[in-house]
Amino acid sequence: MGSTFWKRSSLIAMGLALFLVVMAVLVNLTLLGQFTWLRVIFGISALNFTLRAAIPLVLGALSGILCERSGIINIGIEGMMLAGAFAGFVAKTSTNHWPLLNSLLFSVFIALAVGGLMGFLHAIFSIRFRMDQIISGTVIIILAAGISSYLYDRDAIAQGKFSSVAIPGLSKIPVIGPVLFDNPPITYLALLLVLAVHVALFYTRWGLRTRAVGEHPRAADTVGINVNLYRYVNTSIGGMLAGLAGGYLVLEAVGQFQEGMTAGRGFISLAAMIFGNWNPFGALGAATLFGYTQALQNELLLAGVTTVPRQFVSMLPYVVTIVAVSGFVGRVRPPAAEGKVYETEGGTE
Amino acid sequence: MDTTPVLEARNITKHFPGVIANQNVNLTLHKGEILGLLGENGAGKSTLMNIIYGLYQPTEGEILVNGQVVQMRSPKDAIALGIGMVHQHFQLVPVMTVVDNVMLGRESVRGGLLNREAAAVRITELSERYGLAVDPHALVEDLPVGVRQRVEIIKALYREADILILDEPTAVLTPQEIEGLFAVMDLLRTQGKSIIFITHKLKEVLRVADRIGVLRRGEVVGEVDPKTATQSTLAALMVGREVILEVEKSAAHPGAAVLEIADLYAPTDLGEPALRGVTFSVHAGEIVGVAGVQGNGQTELVEVLTGLRPAQSGSIQIGGKDMTNASPRQITEVGQSCHIPEDRHTHGMVDSYPIADNLVLNTYYQPPYARGITVNRAAIDANAVALVEKFDVRTPSVHLNGGSLSGGNQQKMVVAREFSRPIQLLIAAQPTRGIDVGSIEFIYQQIVSKRDEGIAVLLVSSELDEILALSDRIAVMYKGEIIDIVERDVATRQMLGLLMAGVKEEMADRVRG
Repeated sequence: MGSTFWKRSSLIAMGLALFLVVMAVLVNLTLLGQFTWLRVIFGISALNFTLRAAIPLVLGALSGILCERSGIINIGIEGMMLAGAFAGFVAKTSTNHWPLLNSLLFSVFIALAVGGLMGFLHAIFSIRFRMDQIISGTVIIILAAGISSYLYDRDAIAQGKFSSVAIPGLSKIPVIGPVLFDNPPITYLALLLVLAVHVALFYTRWGLRTRAVGEHPRAADTVGINVNLYRYVNTSIGGMLAGLAGGYLVLEAVGQFQEGMTAGRGFISLAAMIFGNWNPFGALGAATLFGYTQALQNELLLAGVTTVPRQFVSMLPYVVTIVAVSGFVGRVRPPAAEGKVYETEGGTE
Repeated sequence: MDTTPVLEARNITKHFPGVIANQNVNLTLHKGEILGLLGENGAGKSTLMNIIYGLYQPTEGEILVNGQVVQMRSPKDAIALGIGMVHQHFQLVPVMTVVDNVMLGRESVRGGLLNREAAAVRITELSERYGLAVDPHALVEDLPVGVRQRVEIIKALYREADILILDEPTAVLTPQEIEGLFAVMDLLRTQGKSIIFITHKLKEVLRVADRIGVLRRGEVVGEVDPKTATQSTLAALMVGREVILEVEKSAAHPGAAVLEIADLYAPTDLGEPALRGVTFSVHAGEIVGVAGVQGNGQTELVEVLTGLRPAQSGSIQIGGKDMTNASPRQITEVGQSCHIPEDRHTHGMVDSYPIADNLVLNTYYQPPYARGITVNRAAIDANAVALVEKFDVRTPSVHLNGGSLSGGNQQKMVVAREFSRPIQLLIAAQPTRGIDVGSIEFIYQQIVSKRDEGIAVLLVSSELDEILALSDRIAVMYKGEIIDIVERDVATRQMLGLLMAGVKEEMADRVRG
């Protein structure tokens, strides 16, 4: 089976991410480290920043993969993320008096639930009301932005956020340890989810059916699979993952909510999903690449090692995103039935 | 034979909004028999089968399986009752392997994960038992059509189907592949499976069925014993009147070459070679039929000839003028050529335009239909009324949308438009695909009369019967080449079948010894 899943683009994405890790190991452990600019580009601080920037993108891309593999286009990830972030924030501020861990876990749960609800709403629009899925996704984005800014209480303050948990032993590995094994919980969870979604999609009954529904719904229907049920479930789970990405921003990365704080991450997630050719590991590679360009921008400006005007450095993440998605990676192949309403005479609603 | 039928449909009636697809249909199927179900396109065969397979719910009537009344809400229920269906359009996911496609919906699972090996073993067992050779780990998109069909049959057998519905299974096969399919059907029957074989081809149903049911306009109009029936009695039952199966035409009197194609190369949409050095010519007053299994470059050939696809190299001359890579309008105007396209919905008509507008799609910009930059409604409507009358397009009004017509009437509309201006070349691709026998007859007559007027006709069709009925010369296409051109008088069905499979006559002679 293997090779058919690993299309060129996801291999490139994974390859770039791997290159980054190898360079970091070399720079931090060998004589290469004496070059300042190499240390800036491949230092541990750059890698840490990369991972922090990549996590919401990975979760967003996984959200997109779950929806689109079942045939529902999800451009509303941005909105689901924002809704999750806001819901997590509200939950956190109203449980500030609880023990910190309980309050945080409760808030994550709420972020998941609200993200899932937004996903379900998208599914209802797209399936029951046969709305154009691009429009429905846009509605989700506008809805989340409107509600979160209308209800946002500027005086509310969330107290505390998730802190890092070093994994005994593994965190002592040079370079890789501090980058990968000394992180807060949602980061670990997100990385595990990449593996989990990969296994689920390609090695379980649920995944086989999901992919069949996204590729050829009629074929799935004729062997007795409830096409729209799979689409409802997948889109809702996808919404939960986007909600988790929002929860990550509020409860783990920043600790507070700001209006419009997702700042286009949902859209970059979509780019990561496409660049990764709708594969979880491909999306992880792509998210790492996009996260790295943000890190690079940050490190270059901080270290002041470049004479290039800062506007050009700031452009980097966006330029890389455009180049990656504009097809230099070769042909990517979306699920064949994506965006199409599935209707039967009997109606499977 | 067991007296209880394995499957019985009683008084099945199915209404769609505005259409009665089935009316009081009764049908029985016994164990170990092949029931041929014959009917024209639109006679309600597929609707009936979709009801038996649980995809549609009947408006009235009931289905009995092994003597028990059953309720089928979805294909899941039908599968559980041992009913399997091979759909006319294969229900396979191209990007998945044979194993994944076959087990989809009935997966082998071990410890929560798919057990692909176990499923592959069962597939291999089934393929050996029923003579359905297939590699379980191949990707479906890499498989030829004939093998895909085997996968579909295995899919049904994998679900322990005892009743198999084969919906137009021969439409996509070469004559030799059809023989192979019939052998498989025979084997299935001897192993106790019951088969409903749907087709509109008289010859096949006479050859293979134990009993024949004929559907017309949603009703069963007769049940026939193939031992006593003939093609013409069946055809009369199917259409409701006597039909002329043989096209009456006199000998051709070919004149000068009108279409000359030399060493033509063109790629497919994916950039693979579609045409690889096609050379032949069509003369005035003759019909040249291009035969071949679908997907051997016929579509691309027609597209290149009509200006819809650029040629890589080679040349096309129409009436002595070079038309290589000319625009469609140059080809229609300077080349005086007309085109009945393979897929009328994509290239032949605008479904959402009125019939009147569809009838001037090739002339709307010329007087009298255009007056300066405005259209002349009166002239367009007058033209439409005249053409609808002349070409027997059955519609209450020329202002209805083209898409509201039946397939046969849509095709007659396309033909009417294409014949409405002076031409020297007619390119007809699958001119009778998906239309009723009455319209087929009419279109055949039109094509032959154009030939008799001295027009060069290029006919591309995957229906061998059509090629044999109309052509004066037959060119067979195989893998982007014209593998051979034969005179109609010497062509036989078997010889063309071998050519369609890429076997040249001399080689075939050697094989036969």
